[in-house]
Amino acid sequence: MKKLFAINIKIILIFLIHCCVAYSAGNGSALLKQDWSFKSFFGTFDRASLQRGYQVYTEVCASCHSMQYLSYRNLAEEGGPEFSLEQAKAIASNFEVTDGPNSDGEMFTRPAKLSDKFVMPYANTEEAKLSNGGAYPPDMSVLVKARAGGADYIYSVILGYEDPPEGMVLDDGVYYNKYMYGNKIKMPPQLYEDLVIYSDGTPATPEQMAKDVTTFLAWTAEPKLEERHKFGFRAIIYLLILTILVYFSMKRIWSRVETKV
Amino acid sequence: MSDTNKKKPNRRDFILTATTAAGAVGVGAAVWPLIDQMNPDASVKALASTEVDVSSVQPGQSITVLWRGKPVFIKHRTPQEIEEARKVDLKELKHPEKDEDRAKKPEWLVTLGICTHLGCVPLTNKGDFEGGWFCPCHGSHYDTSGRVRSGPAPTNLEVPEYTFVDSNTIKIG
Amino acid sequence: MSSHEYTPSSKFGKWFNDRLPLLTLTNHLTDYPTPKNLNYWWTFGGILTFCLITQIITGLVLAMHYVAHADLAFGSVEHIMRDVNYGWLIRYVHANGASMFFLAVYIHIFRALYYGSYKSPREVIWIIGMLIYFLMMATAFLGYVLPWGQMSFWGATVITNLFSAIPLIGESVTHWLWGGYSVDNPTLTRFFSLHYLFPFLILGLVILHIWALHVPGNNNPIGIDIKKPSNDTVPFHPYIVIKDIFALLIFLIIFAFFVFFSPNILGHSDNYIEANPLVTPAHIVPEWYLLPFYAILRSVPDKLLGVIAMFAAIFVLVILPWLDTSKVRSALFRPIYKQFYWFLVADVLILGYMGAMPAEGIYLLIARVATAYYFIHFLVILPILGKKERTLNIPLSITEPVLGGMLNPSMAKAKKDTEKINSLG
Repeated sequence: MKKLFAINIKIILIFLIHCCVAYSAGNGSALLKQDWSFKSFFGTFDRASLQRGYQVYTEVCASCHSMQYLSYRNLAEEGGPEFSLEQAKAIASNFEVTDGPNSDGEMFTRPAKLSDKFVMPYANTEEAKLSNGGAYPPDMSVLVKARAGGADYIYSVILGYEDPPEGMVLDDGVYYNKYMYGNKIKMPPQLYEDLVIYSDGTPATPEQMAKDVTTFLAWTAEPKLEERHKFGFRAIIYLLILTILVYFSMKRIWSRVETKV
Repeated sequence: MSDTNKKKPNRRDFILTATTAAGAVGVGAAVWPLIDQMNPDASVKALASTEVDVSSVQPGQSITVLWRGKPVFIKHRTPQEIEEARKVDLKELKHPEKDEDRAKKPEWLVTLGICTHLGCVPLTNKGDFEGGWFCPCHGSHYDTSGRVRSGPAPTNLEVPEYTFVDSNTIKIG
Repeated sequence: MSSHEYTPSSKFGKWFNDRLPLLTLTNHLTDYPTPKNLNYWWTFGGILTFCLITQIITGLVLAMHYVAHADLAFGSVEHIMRDVNYGWLIRYVHANGASMFFLAVYIHIFRALYYGSYKSPREVIWIIGMLIYFLMMATAFLGYVLPWGQMSFWGATVITNLFSAIPLIGESVTHWLWGGYSVDNPTLTRFFSLHYLFPFLILGLVILHIWALHVPGNNNPIGIDIKKPSNDTVPFHPYIVIKDIFALLIFLIIFAFFVFFSPNILGHSDNYIEANPLVTPAHIVPEWYLLPFYAILRSVPDKLLGVIAMFAAIFVLVILPWLDTSKVRSALFRPIYKQFYWFLVADVLILGYMGAMPAEGIYLLIARVATAYYFIHFLVILPILGKKERTLNIPLSITEPVLGGMLNPSMAKAKKDTEKINSLG
């Protein structure tokens, strides 16, 4: 009986492991893995990379991809790119936002303020589709969390353009991407050598730009990540200490009866 | 109860006291986020200041703008109104404040449009004082400096923090 | 129940207690005689109470910031995550709290299955528990719709379409549920309202669950009836309280790992894409805790029968006290049942896994076999096993095996008497 029981348990264990492996494997080609600085328990964002990533986003991605849940003030907030307040104000003032109505009942434009949301490239999704061959460039605010592979997936797709395998015929305006779901993507390849000029002198290779912009997108998706990691570490240390204290208290209390806890 | 219950826990038992204390700290730390979430959030705080263009407000006119969800009166005072406000004897006032201390530039008076009695919005150019305010809720009268002159209101209309960005733009907050 | 009448020591206490016996209740709860051999599987009742209260409190707070409108819901959740003070923490606790709640409830249910806690005289506790479980699933489903992501929307569409399987009135029922011709804003607002209501119904049922528990008292690992209070029991406070707290803390450490270090691992990435009625995600999966039922639903090729099978899977649990014919409660003394118990655990895990896989080919075949076995376990194996199984000797009291360490032969003689006591219990 004992043996049967043990076998039973083993079957369950093997099954569970199989589940986990199957779950993490996903589909498509294995993604390009990066050592993201924000992945570990104490993970934080690489500040310089975030700032460069913002530059790539705003100079390359932002012409098609909106970022509707971010405000310019976020750029100066703790745990993000941490631009200075003045820098963030200067960034904001480069953008025109529509405000109003004024006392004449008319809408007017003014330079953006810190409290304004990121300016959208298109008025609505229909316009966005029309300008992009029928494909809607997804909003990037939570994009990293909205894709199964997370940061690795975004990074891989940015760099995953290849010639289609033999025999595959692509329609006009469709590109082959090794990592994209279904391998067909309507976004043309974006990054090439020295597309942007980094003010800190970092060479702007496609890999570097992909890494920076992915880091930036990981932050926009999870702006409280650093705070969360910090809190989590403290919470778990506290819980461990309290658990030990409660354990000894429990032993003390149960020592009054002759039963093991 | 069983005999085991008779031994009462020793109050001075260090481990039990330490555990209770540590537990209480944890509960306190866990409760704070639940309280703090009701404080003004980041998007509200970002809107804490408003810039107002006052170039079109003629002398004698007054506009009401919204700042932090509250009305703010911006009054372009005439020379007579300024004089009126300045010659008042402070001893007559319920809440003595000099007009000079209430208006950074004499021709511009900026006050919160909230009666200090119970928070109603006073009516402009109404009441016993020419160019002043009158609160319809409980009958408080304010003069051209927004000072309470009669009625149940305890203090003058509050002057918010504001600065002149340039001669035509006031930044409130 | 404690046999003696409780009288408060202070004069005011007595005055108050005569008018509202709150102190008697408190005294009953603290003195409540509990079997002293309860193992850690018994701590999940306390953990579940904690989970419910946590969900209610964090939910209340989230409702202060959430906007139940199809155009604004997704954005309001992002507002909570980005702008509200500690909003990210509260939302992640609530979202992961649901999973932790189900983890705990499954352990709680499988503990009851192992130790026969559903058997006489505890049938009503068990049935109330199943009602709670059913309401929990409903609440979790409603809550999952609220962020208005793709999985929310399509999950709501699929689940509400279950009701279209009802003959004749199916379509009218779904339109009534939706408040329209598809899942849309009216659906979202009513789901929010019900998601707010149900936890309080659960809370009410939990009180009944505990009340019903306190009539016969706790079952215990040996599954025998015990005299209360006696040498076999300890007062609930402080003994069980401190033990429950210890277990709760271990549970909280696991909970904290999810909340702080992988808050989205139990969710689905598609739910961070705003709902779009024009695009269905590649495959729709419910939250992990509903997967076994989802697998049962899909393994039946007929629409109506699939829905019936899914609800029947819960219903067989409700009537379990009458399906299991064995008089012996604990699996410790039922060697064959113990085997089948673990087969059932494996079966449910397999069903859960198949629920996450596409319903085709080998997956579908395995899901069908597992579904069949699930029903065979409850409807065939248990009734027969109770009659045929040779059970082991049962000790007379808790104290003796604890002191003796092992079951000794002298106890075997007492077995018949014990069984008599059990059947009387």
